[in-house]
Amino acid sequence: MAAEGGADVAVAAPGARRERSNASAAWRRFRRSSSGVFGLTVVALLAVVAMLAPALAPFDPHATSRAAFATPFGGPHILGTDNLGRDVLSQVIWGSRVSLIVGLAAAATATLIGVVVGALAGYFGGWFDELLMRVTEFFQVIPRFVLALIVVAFFGSGLVNLILVIGLLSWPQTARLVRSQYLSHKTLPYVDAGRALGMRNARLMFLQILPNVMGPVLVVASLDVAQAILLEASLGFFGLGDPNLTSWGGMLNSAQTFIRRAWWMSVFPGVGITLAVLGFNLFGDGLTEAYDPRMAPR
Amino acid sequence: MASEGNGGGLAIYALRRVINAVPLVLGVVVVNFVLIALAPGDPVTSLIGEYPAPPEYVERVRHDFGLDRSIPERLILYVANVARGDLGFSFANRQSVTTLLLQRLGRTLVLMLSTVVVATAVGLLLGVLSARRPGSLTDRGATGFALVGYAVPEFWLGQLLILVFAVWLGWLPAGGFRSVRVEYVGFAAALDSFRHMLLPMAALSFRYMAITTRLTRASLLEVMSAQYITAARGRGLSENAVLWRHALRAAALPVVTVIGYNFAFIVAGSALVETVFGWPGIGRLMYDSIYTRDYPVLLGILLFVSVTVILVNLITDALYAVLDPRVRY
Repeated sequence: MAAEGGADVAVAAPGARRERSNASAAWRRFRRSSSGVFGLTVVALLAVVAMLAPALAPFDPHATSRAAFATPFGGPHILGTDNLGRDVLSQVIWGSRVSLIVGLAAAATATLIGVVVGALAGYFGGWFDELLMRVTEFFQVIPRFVLALIVVAFFGSGLVNLILVIGLLSWPQTARLVRSQYLSHKTLPYVDAGRALGMRNARLMFLQILPNVMGPVLVVASLDVAQAILLEASLGFFGLGDPNLTSWGGMLNSAQTFIRRAWWMSVFPGVGITLAVLGFNLFGDGLTEAYDPRMAPR
Repeated sequence: MASEGNGGGLAIYALRRVINAVPLVLGVVVVNFVLIALAPGDPVTSLIGEYPAPPEYVERVRHDFGLDRSIPERLILYVANVARGDLGFSFANRQSVTTLLLQRLGRTLVLMLSTVVVATAVGLLLGVLSARRPGSLTDRGATGFALVGYAVPEFWLGQLLILVFAVWLGWLPAGGFRSVRVEYVGFAAALDSFRHMLLPMAALSFRYMAITTRLTRASLLEVMSAQYITAARGRGLSENAVLWRHALRAAALPVVTVIGYNFAFIVAGSALVETVFGWPGIGRLMYDSIYTRDYPVLLGILLFVSVTVILVNLITDALYAVLDPRVRY
């Protein structure tokens, strides 16, 4: 924090320039974290693969062929084919889309809920805080995987359902973090100053305080993406993925049956999941380094 | 607020936590009830089958199961049933859900407990080795292992272990609880079960080893700069004695709690690993119940696991207070 200069300087500086210099300082610190850079690279690669899936995939991932159980690294199917003769490489490439979409959208949902709940609880305090924290605690103790599984089994496992269920079950950590940040920020002079200027609560909460606590929120959001990808893959492995889309978890579900016959059906989708989760976790480590070097893992 | 007598403070703290846990348990029960009410399909149809039944008979079944009552009445009925330990009836297994759960519970517990023991031991060891010389090759190796271990999905790791140790090397069985072709007795039977448990245990413990390693390392590095460690060094204690006797004791605290707070994740992991290895525990039961649409079983498991998680959290908090002489409630 000392690197950012004295508080009086920051207050005197025009808002826009201060924001930019903060961001560039954060980026400088992020670049110094080798794990953060590695994570960002993996995430960026994943995003490129997901976006360009139609161009990159050599085959239609749903197209069956007579060449079932073709072995990898020889012939047109680089990573082999599955029990129905579908190209494993193309399935892995298309599967990245589901993981990335569910991961990002579910984490965004969770962050949104967490920020609103945490901000309300921390800013207003009192019985309202008590109530919201009880609800948060409830969502923290309820076993996420089991509940998600039941809800998806009851109401269908389409993409939107998966995103909503995972998002609705993943917000407590953000809420607690945001709450504690608001508890300390609401007594700071800049909030008092804003109040003296006649700003409304909503403006103070979301336009004045929120930008100052976004750093740690983004760290948790990045870790949330990783956890959401894992949860989606786990549900897919239990046969509860979107039935119309190729997902890594779903691929591992069919691989289970043919594990003695076709190792490649199980090895490659798992590499995809592990890389994606690792990428977002490391990206989160880098963000920690960038926003709060004291909290960074050593 | 008794700061001098830990016992009294702890008792009050524990009581407060137990009282706090009551609304959580009630919340879980209500969520379960709502899910039952929302479950797809008419419960009467699943009771008497698809073929047309006389309307009087349908009405009688409805009445017998209390389905003709109002929602609040049914909720009270449900809470009373749960309080008596009645979690409903499994149509696929023709058994009460409670009996079914208790039958499967032992095997899941064996898997989970041995995982926790192994993961904690190995994780602590790796964390200490890692923190002893930060930046060394050992440290980099352990840190890398922790990062990857935290990212690998348990069920995929399980498949990889089957591929390597069962399919290619043929050293260990690929699944099941015991050998079906040979009837072992006594020690041989125990050994046989142990051989079946090794791979699932390895798959399940990887993630907790990773978490424990990372946490032990981080908290050791933090503790090692504390004043009492400097004091211990100043008294001329060897670096090993400082590490194992003084630092590790303080550093192990967060490790104890992480197992407690991650209990729900161990349950989820166990469900996935049991499915991979055909281990006949609660997790495998969950997987099978999805395919047979045996919803009472799924809801029973949700309730059972939720309450267990609340209890484990309570115990973890109490344990933390007992273990850490600095904590006062």
